[in-house]
Amino acid sequence: MKTFGKLILGSAFATLAMASTAMADTTLNALFMSQAAYSEDDIKSMTAKFEAANPGVTVDLEFVPYEALHDKIIAAAGAGDDGYDVVLFDVIWPAEFATRGFLQDVTDRIPADYTDKVFDGAWTTVEYAGKRYGMPWILDTKYLFYNAEMLEAAGISEPPKTWNELVSQAKQIKDKGIVEYPLVWSWSQSEAMICDFTTLTAANDGAFFEEGQPAFTAGGARDAVAFMKATLDEGLTNPSSREYFEEDVRRVFSNGEAAFALNWTYMNALANDPAESKVAGKVKVAPAPGVEGKSTASSVNGSMGLGIPANSPHADEAWAYISFLTQKDIQDDYAKLSLPIWKASYSEPKVMDGQEELISAAKQSIAVMYPRPLVPSYTEVSDILQKNIHQVLLGQTGVDEALEAAADRVKRIR
Amino acid sequence: MHGRRQTKEKWILLAPAILVLALITLIPLANTVWLSFTDTKISALPVPVHFIGLENFIYALTDPDFQAALYRTLYFTIVSVGLEGILGVAVAVLLNQEFRGRTLLRALIILPWAVPTIVNAVAWRLIYHPDYGALNSLLYQIGLISDYRSWIGDPMTAMNMVILADVWKNFPLVAYVALAALQTVPGDLNKAAAVEGAGPWKRFVSITLPWIAGPLMVVMVLRTIEAFRVFDIVYVMTGGGPADSTKTASFYVYQEYFNYLRSGSGASYAVLVAGISAVLILAYYSASKRQTAGAAA
Repeated sequence: MKTFGKLILGSAFATLAMASTAMADTTLNALFMSQAAYSEDDIKSMTAKFEAANPGVTVDLEFVPYEALHDKIIAAAGAGDDGYDVVLFDVIWPAEFATRGFLQDVTDRIPADYTDKVFDGAWTTVEYAGKRYGMPWILDTKYLFYNAEMLEAAGISEPPKTWNELVSQAKQIKDKGIVEYPLVWSWSQSEAMICDFTTLTAANDGAFFEEGQPAFTAGGARDAVAFMKATLDEGLTNPSSREYFEEDVRRVFSNGEAAFALNWTYMNALANDPAESKVAGKVKVAPAPGVEGKSTASSVNGSMGLGIPANSPHADEAWAYISFLTQKDIQDDYAKLSLPIWKASYSEPKVMDGQEELISAAKQSIAVMYPRPLVPSYTEVSDILQKNIHQVLLGQTGVDEALEAAADRVKRIR
Repeated sequence: MHGRRQTKEKWILLAPAILVLALITLIPLANTVWLSFTDTKISALPVPVHFIGLENFIYALTDPDFQAALYRTLYFTIVSVGLEGILGVAVAVLLNQEFRGRTLLRALIILPWAVPTIVNAVAWRLIYHPDYGALNSLLYQIGLISDYRSWIGDPMTAMNMVILADVWKNFPLVAYVALAALQTVPGDLNKAAAVEGAGPWKRFVSITLPWIAGPLMVVMVLRTIEAFRVFDIVYVMTGGGPADSTKTASFYVYQEYFNYLRSGSGASYAVLVAGISAVLILAYYSASKRQTAGAAA
């Protein structure tokens, strides 16, 4: 009864609050994701600071899973004034969003001196055809996390520098019976798998497209898929990886059921948090390895930016909010789950404190961030690759057959 | 004269209903059919729209992936609606018997149907979880499997696992309709047949089943339409994977619209899915007509 009363009272106040702001001031509708990178708590706390500094502007936050983000942005494009004012978007969408006019061109809003102060990889996130459609916010890539205790128990002193080294270390760990499946990945039929595939393709110096034609049937991209399948065949990769997303990877690794895992920045803090992890304190991070003669490290550009949908009636307020969230001071204060876009941040004591290893890995990884195909039909290309690579991982088709089928299907895109 | 006035009155009385129907069904339907013959794209910029005839339909029907999805959807529909029918009628017959706790059981049995599809899908996904799912744990403890296995991550089992979740959720609807119909079966008929020496199975097939066939048909048609355009439960449980093994026809509608932004092409997939459901319904009706005719003879 008591809780019920509170609930009624609470919703009454909430209605009152909404009604009063709607009448007098601006309310921004902002769309974020609840998955990897900044936590909901972080974003709420940043937003509270923005609201305190900007009386008269309220921000309504909405959090959706990454898988729903793209479609939410599209669906709201037809909502007129009731759509979003600020949206979080992925590095793979600006081409599509720009050609369809979903996002406002904000090139002129961005101060000129920012260009040199922010990493190039971050800019790729918001650029298409020489224009900028937002501010980069989450500068993210997949790192190699390893359980130092397991490596030590297997007599390994250094984390792997190459993927082949990683495989031989994994075998050593498996053979000693330390863990049944030393490797865990996010290889469900999803974008998460494409990120791992891209990392491996980058390591093998591969390409997705050459002169507009699919080039993933040979070279580094093909080697990447063959590598993925081989680790499954050798019993090194946890077979359930084929239905895992990033959060599953974090859980399995944090339970001490894997020695190596590829995951985003956010896992560093969480896998070392005793409340979230059984292996806290044993988790180390390094750049994803390279391939002999081809690369020294590998990395996928998994960055995300903040933009203003074309139908937002509050572009100025929205830009003020975006500027606030993406400024260096704020990013430096919240650098545990997502690293700043600003070059200067990487020598700030408050950013480095307690995560020196992550920062040193980040410096190497950010320098080699590899983009997924920058084509307007990316979503469809990715779906096709997901299906065909998944068939390989499930043992339904061979590597070459699957990639040829994918290439044929990509050519059929309208 | 009298007849004509009555006709006029009839139309006046029907007008509000027709208007509502037109607004919420006929106009959107006509719009979708029109879209399906164009190359309309979702865009915030003005893009020219062209009439392209049957191009969308040809593209869809010549796509081997979509053909496979159609067969997959048909499989889902037949197996899940079939199981729901059998299970529903069986449970209804049970609940029609006199026994202690019958009222409670009748109330409980509706629960799965009251669970929202999304919640049901998430719950079953947890049950099937490869590492800590209840199904693995159960089968392992009673010794049916020696190792935990992946249920919805394995293309061999994924579709059947989704069907199981769908059957669990939807059989109560069939059971309830069947139960309501069973209560109208005159007890004298069964008693007379028993006196004549007809066994329970014979009585069920010759008396009970024909008696409840009408209402049962209605609920089966409803379930068939729903099953053929299945999307939500699959989307939440497997997202169409692994390797497209649970990707049903409706996925193409969604994908074309929201992922690839081709509303014209998406509409053509929608028209195809709706058209095939219509054929299935017609098949039901003709079957039921034949049955009624057979019963009368």
